[in-house]
Amino acid sequence: MSVLVRVPTPLRAVTKGQGELKAEAATVKELIDRLEQDYAGIRARLCEADGNIRRFINIYVNEEDIRFLQGQATPLKAGDQVSIVPAIAGGTASAP
Amino acid sequence: MGYVIGLKCRECARPYPAKPLHVCEFCFGPLEVDYDYAGIGRVLTHRAIQAGPPNMWRYRALLPIDGEVTVGRHCGLTPLVRARNLGKALGLSNLYVKNDTVNHPTLSFKDRVVAVAVIRALEFGFPVVACASTGNLANSVAAHAAEGGLTSFVFIPADLEQGKVLGTSIYAPNVVAVDGTYDEVNRLCSEVADKYGWAFVNINIRPYYAEGSKTFGYEIAEQLGWRAPDHIIVPAAGGSLITKIWKGLQEFYKLGLLPAVPTRMHVAQAAGCGPIVTSVKAGSEIIRPVKQPRTIAKSLAIGNPADGYYAYKVVRESGGAGEHATDDEIVEGMKMLAATEGIFAETAGGVTVAATRKLAQQGVIGRDDVTVISVTGNGLKTQEALAGALRAPTGIQPTLASFDEALAQHPSLNGEGPTARRA
Repeated sequence: MSVLVRVPTPLRAVTKGQGELKAEAATVKELIDRLEQDYAGIRARLCEADGNIRRFINIYVNEEDIRFLQGQATPLKAGDQVSIVPAIAGGTASAP
Repeated sequence: MGYVIGLKCRECARPYPAKPLHVCEFCFGPLEVDYDYAGIGRVLTHRAIQAGPPNMWRYRALLPIDGEVTVGRHCGLTPLVRARNLGKALGLSNLYVKNDTVNHPTLSFKDRVVAVAVIRALEFGFPVVACASTGNLANSVAAHAAEGGLTSFVFIPADLEQGKVLGTSIYAPNVVAVDGTYDEVNRLCSEVADKYGWAFVNINIRPYYAEGSKTFGYEIAEQLGWRAPDHIIVPAAGGSLITKIWKGLQEFYKLGLLPAVPTRMHVAQAAGCGPIVTSVKAGSEIIRPVKQPRTIAKSLAIGNPADGYYAYKVVRESGGAGEHATDDEIVEGMKMLAATEGIFAETAGGVTVAATRKLAQQGVIGRDDVTVISVTGNGLKTQEALAGALRAPTGIQPTLASFDEALAQHPSLNGEGPTARRA
């Protein structure tokens, strides 16, 4: 059930410099929980205090924005690619 | 000299210094200029504004520049036209057109934002200014860069109207025509900005740039006699203009320059690229990007609007609505504005007139409500859109007999209308 997670440059300080991560998770929500276990602090960058994904963070599962799938309940399967992309590109943010 | 405190994240309110930054490094929200409103309130009065120059710099206390106005000195204070004839056609008795088709120097509202951005780029010491553009911005960046003695790079989608390409090239910038949609051009420019460190007016200078649009709203309020109208209809591409007009009115209210802001803000987009209007109609704050925009209103063909969410919020907060316009309705709107008021707007103006017509028909805009249509660009820039839509000239021989014959035959030159009168 391993998925590939692409991490934009500004978040790599939290992921110990890694631009790509492998993680096991059945949904996006579970993925964020797993990432938080390994890289403490990443949840606060991705989510509001109420747990919703921040407005200017886009998460794509295989190129589709999860807002148009099932949000954090979007299921993941082995081999899926998950991209974390700041909505406003530029600065040090990396494009998808 | 200025009243800028710094920048602030619109989402999480984290403060940043007044540098060429545009994204919050913590939550990735957009940054916005933060002002010392108490200080502004001590100097900015109706009288102080009226004693200012006859252009948008009369509001400079509310604009994010530090020093002198070094380019774009004559921008703004365009006519607010009392549109009696168009009003009659639309069933509206208090209709006005805010006419930025005659804005200086490049005939669109973009001169407002670019003047601020280029002054700021000069203050920051950038040697190169650049932009991603659907056309009007390209014209304006090239012109202001020329005036400021800066090198400019202008990135446009390759399928742009010839008038907009020519109206950019004349200022001798470096024009890069990208084989892709505006959204692709924009994404590329983010990478170029990052790699080359240039001042992209609508990317890394965006917080300053966008503030220029507030003057469109200030002028409407001042020209109505220090009063906010009941309705403003605004065309949207990236969605910034409508949010800044609203911000401008709110600032005037906060500073005691307006007694109230009853204004309902309405958004107008093309049917072939109207993601903000679609969201307004659906009551959903999530803007679904349009991957392949299809509309003759190329200046509005932004499928993934940067300020779409905030535009949506302004419409909802103010009790406004949204309408789409098809290509035929756009041309009809352009012709109607020209035939009733003698104003030749670009395609975006056709979108706004068409949307206003629908909102009036639906009763969203009441007959006697004070209503302002935002016309943001000049029709000479988008002539292709009218190909085949206008009556061809009547050809005659250079003799009176030939003219008499033509006059007798021509359906609307037969003396019945106000256009021709026989002695």
